Amino acid sequence: MATTPVLEIEALTLTAKSQEVLVKDVSFSLQQGESLGLVGESGSGKSLTLRAVLGLLPRGVQQTGGVIRGTADSAMVFQDPRGALDPLCPVVKQVAEVVYYRQRLSRKASRAAALELLHMLGLPESLRKADRYPSQLSGGQCQRIVIAMALACKPGILLCDEPTTALDVTVQKQIMETVGRLQQELGFAMIFVTHNLAVAAAMCSRLAVMKKGEIVERGSTLSVLQSPQNPYTQMLINSVLPVPELVAEGSGASWT
Amino acid sequence: MKNTTAYPELQTDRTGSTLIRRILNTPSLLAGSIMFAVLILLAIFIPYISPYNPTEQNLSAFLQPPSAAHWLGTDQLGRDLFTRLIYAARTDLTIMVLAEIIPFCTGIFLGMVAGYYGKWADNVITLITDTFIAFPFYLIVIIVAFASGAGQRGIYITFILVGWIVFARVVRGLSASFREQEWIASAQTLGLSGPRIILRHLLPNVLPQAVVVLMTDMVGLLVAIVTLGYLGIGIAPPTPDWGTMIADGQSFISTAWWLSAVPGFAVVYTGIALSLVGDGLADLWRKK
Repeated sequence: MATTPVLEIEALTLTAKSQEVLVKDVSFSLQQGESLGLVGESGSGKSLTLRAVLGLLPRGVQQTGGVIRGTADSAMVFQDPRGALDPLCPVVKQVAEVVYYRQRLSRKASRAAALELLHMLGLPESLRKADRYPSQLSGGQCQRIVIAMALACKPGILLCDEPTTALDVTVQKQIMETVGRLQQELGFAMIFVTHNLAVAAAMCSRLAVMKKGEIVERGSTLSVLQSPQNPYTQMLINSVLPVPELVAEGSGASWT
Repeated sequence: MKNTTAYPELQTDRTGSTLIRRILNTPSLLAGSIMFAVLILLAIFIPYISPYNPTEQNLSAFLQPPSAAHWLGTDQLGRDLFTRLIYAARTDLTIMVLAEIIPFCTGIFLGMVAGYYGKWADNVITLITDTFIAFPFYLIVIIVAFASGAGQRGIYITFILVGWIVFARVVRGLSASFREQEWIASAQTLGLSGPRIILRHLLPNVLPQAVVVLMTDMVGLLVAIVTLGYLGIGIAPPTPDWGTMIADGQSFISTAWWLSAVPGFAVVYTGIALSLVGDGLADLWRKK
């Protein structure tokens, strides 16, 4: 593993217009090819942290402290796959557009590269012949398109904002497998935001648990799950039933 | 690794023939389109349908009631009313369509810029639209028509000045709401530029609603053209126009009421046709 971090966050503080502190003193670093799980309940500031990395804070939220140092491009996978696609633009065209814009290929080559990406993500070959609108695809297929668009940027860091929450369980598993496989093939680093500990454990080698805008516990997936120090982490673990089997069976880090 | 997982195949294509079926299933769109198409076809083929000249006077046959030779009778100068009615449709509908082109484009463009960029762009554009809306529309129309002299030019100038407001307001609201949706944020994070997002992604999404507004706005414009003609500051005689026809027929309302009633009916007919098309399009896009 490389020693220079691709992303380093130091003492990040985000404040709302009402002076309410939303994210407080968050620090972490990310090595090349590494994956970090950001876990916590809704409203704990995980998504905001992610958006700060991307430079896409919602209106009314400001960064009031801390530094974000990144040496690689980042791209984001959103929670709601349908909402993250232009409803009136065919999907292959959307992916090709990002390729065209980011990789500066010709239009024809962009389309070929887009189809190649879609193939890598396990989308049906029939997209080659007939392009489809997002409304004609299932939620899981839409999420694959969204991931393809993110990968078209050739990101050094893939930011995943609860990418499987809006999908049903079997599709969730397929998407996780696909992302894990692509991470091995392409070697990007990843921050995986989720409130589902089981998902985070399967995807990430390190975990950071967030509560009310602060990181309350961090460490390798195994140590966090096996000997949680913070009562909040314990509560999170207890609220997820399938976690014990997952830990016993796969030692948690099988995807990285 | 796991490339063997079976993914559900995609649904079969449902564009093409189903679009026609969907139009047929929207009665208001169908009815409106047919009504409007009849008018357009008449306007195009009137030289072959009618043997009369719309401006040639025949004083020996003035104020005739409807007959086989003159389907809707003749006016006070002996001109065939039906022929004039359809030639007037040519004049009025052409102006109506042409005068909408520039306001439609500028309105959509400014609306998208205001809604997408927000901040000062939004403030400036909203300030202008609100200022114009404070004035009664007809006041502006009549002032500009007087200032630029009677004729079509006044209508075009007025509409370039104020016609875009309606579109800008609607499109601004839509764009601002799309702006909050994730796919716009997503496109930004993927590195697409503002102009590209506006033209390639925002425009197709606001266009349907803008077209619906266009249909109702054209009705308003048509009434404005006819009103100006009626007041004598619109299209100048002898060019046939529904407004001047209504005004001319007014003196003979007790003996030949149809002289004014028929062009009035034509305005209503066109208005209903366009409104139905607008309603139908809105239905069609809502169902999708």
